[in-house]
Amino acid sequence: MSTEELSYLDLSFALLLVVGLAILLSAYRLGVTQSLLVATVRLVVQLSLIGYVLRFLFASGNEPYVAVMALVMLIVASREIMARQKRRLKGWGSLGIGAGTLFVSSFAIALYGILVVVHPKPWYTPQYVIPLLGMIMSNTMNAISLSMDRLTSAVYDNRDVIEQRLALGQTSREAIRSYSKDCIRTGITPIINSMATAGIVALPGMMTGQILAGASPLEAVRYQIMIWILIAAGAGFGMAFALRMLEVTLFDSRMRLRLDRFEKPKK
Amino acid sequence: MSLCIRDLSFLDWHDLSLDLGVEEIVAILGDSGSGKSLFLRAVADLISSQGNVEYSGKSRESFEPTNWRRKVGFLPAEVFWWEDRVMDHFEKAPSSDWMKRLSLDESSLHWQPQRLSMGERQRLGLLRLLDRQPKVLLLDEPTANLNESATSCVESLISEYIQSTGAAAIWVTHSESQAARVATKRFRMSDKRLSLIES
Repeated sequence: MSTEELSYLDLSFALLLVVGLAILLSAYRLGVTQSLLVATVRLVVQLSLIGYVLRFLFASGNEPYVAVMALVMLIVASREIMARQKRRLKGWGSLGIGAGTLFVSSFAIALYGILVVVHPKPWYTPQYVIPLLGMIMSNTMNAISLSMDRLTSAVYDNRDVIEQRLALGQTSREAIRSYSKDCIRTGITPIINSMATAGIVALPGMMTGQILAGASPLEAVRYQIMIWILIAAGAGFGMAFALRMLEVTLFDSRMRLRLDRFEKPKK
Repeated sequence: MSLCIRDLSFLDWHDLSLDLGVEEIVAILGDSGSGKSLFLRAVADLISSQGNVEYSGKSRESFEPTNWRRKVGFLPAEVFWWEDRVMDHFEKAPSSDWMKRLSLDESSLHWQPQRLSMGERQRLGLLRLLDRQPKVLLLDEPTANLNESATSCVESLISEYIQSTGAAAIWVTHSESQAARVATKRFRMSDKRLSLIES
């Protein structure tokens, strides 16, 4: 079975739905109509461009191009982590923690998945490396940015309580333990929830794609199981790593809370 | 000598010095915003500061920060609570004698902290500090929310603790009369300086 060809004319029928939604939303005067239209245009343009990039990448299939693509993905995801922080460290601190932990965690897990689990030949085959890395990285990015933002906000809001805990002789880890626990829970819960409902509520996107492309459902399921496990590992390790680095920057060597290391939030 | 503070500088305050003998109480008076609380927080090593602070001849930096803060205990003006029950903030429950002397209901230890009044928070905050058995008390207006009789109970409990354990205290207060009652030496914080008040 080959995929049903989807022409631009077919797509334009789908786009009619967006036009309908935009008309409905503009009646509510929420000011989101423009955002919806911009997002739709971005969706079409970005994905079309990436279609050409991937076609080129898959055709050439050599290492430097794959490396460049992975680097671009890392830069964009790191920028996104920064953009989602309400309170940032002065200087390069937040970018350093965000990008560093994102890089270590997502690349290490993707490499493990490629080399140990999937082992395509050659190992850098872009058809495997790029989608795998992309799925791991986007989930890791979400977990890292969410938990970093939560922890800095929680510490800022509870700075007086934290100082009193330190004043009674608690260590800095003890003084913020309840907040870091809460952050890890917030970061990992969406992933656990989607793993727990996978296949029952919705067929995961990648599996759906493989089935549409003609793969056997049993094969697609095995790939999906692997992907979810890699995503959970990447996001979990990345987040734990980022929170630990953040804890170290929130306090100095004398276990004093150093909120002066953060910029004032932008309005 | 219990606590020896030499040329302590933090934020805009420079070169503040103060000596505290064993079993001595020193009072610091001064307007709101003059830096009295910041001074106590700097001594407790809760904010960055430069200069020399020694406890019985050993420098602050030779202590682990957690040990230093247990030895040199800071009681903030507004006491916060974070665990589910008041009791969970204590390492061992305060003696019923102390609870009675501060007119605290013993069952209040099992309450949620939200149920405490401002005055109860302050008195239990003092017991929470004494629970860690500090050798130096840094007290930031420990009787600000208390009426006259509760104030005198707190004053006598603190001086008794200091005498029985060989501790000492720096006592920040707004009240000249309290300073005269409890302290052997009085300082005034003004213009970012600490000056001895001659009696």
